Amino acid sequence: MTLPPLPTEAIVLGATAEDWRGAVRLAGDALVASGAARPGYAGEMIRMIEEHGPYVVIAPGLALAHARPGPEVLADGLAIVTLASPVEFGHPHNDPVHVVLGLAIKTADEHLAAVASLANVFNDSTAIEDIAAAASAAEVQAIMRADS
Amino acid sequence: MKVVTICGAGIGSSGILKVNAERVLQRLDIEADVVAADLASLTEVAADAQVILTSAEFVEAIGATYADVIVIENYFDTNELAEKLEAALGS
Repeated sequence: MTLPPLPTEAIVLGATAEDWRGAVRLAGDALVASGAARPGYAGEMIRMIEEHGPYVVIAPGLALAHARPGPEVLADGLAIVTLASPVEFGHPHNDPVHVVLGLAIKTADEHLAAVASLANVFNDSTAIEDIAAAASAAEVQAIMRADS
Repeated sequence: MKVVTICGAGIGSSGILKVNAERVLQRLDIEADVVAADLASLTEVAADAQVILTSAEFVEAIGATYADVIVIENYFDTNELAEKLEAALGS
């Protein structure tokens, strides 16, 4: 199964965010840096959470930020942001968040292969901590088993 | 049997739930169709579902249904999924 591309430009380590919106915006910026999304995608990801709540915090310490496929997505891509200080999303069980994944998917049909490969990585319960503690983009790519 | 996973966009988190639910159901030797959907298409997709898997945020929006609504906290914890699915399906 194929993980969306996770180039070095899409990995931001030890970042500072004031709140969950800032953290999601960093993931959006990283997707822009890697060429996967337009600048408006960050706002779409934030609106998904404003509309539906903090369900994107799908595991302890991990948020999977994403919006629907659309004109703001340029190519399939993944971004990873680790936070120097964790932020609260308001999730009843899985706060605070140390690691934000940003996911941009070009067509809905492709998303299942992409998320299946994410599940393969994160079903290993140590993966989130390992990414939070990673000191280099290469380390993160190794954990994700992604091609740079 | 039919299992529906629900999230806001119908991609991403509900897709992860679908993939992991399929893995767990296979492990439990339970045959089921697992479908990922968003809230907007819920009524149509879940009409004949036995189980709906989702996050706490969506329970109210899902509202009255004949299906068992199961709230999953950690989408990557297949043990949590297995326990809750087994309890709901009574196997």
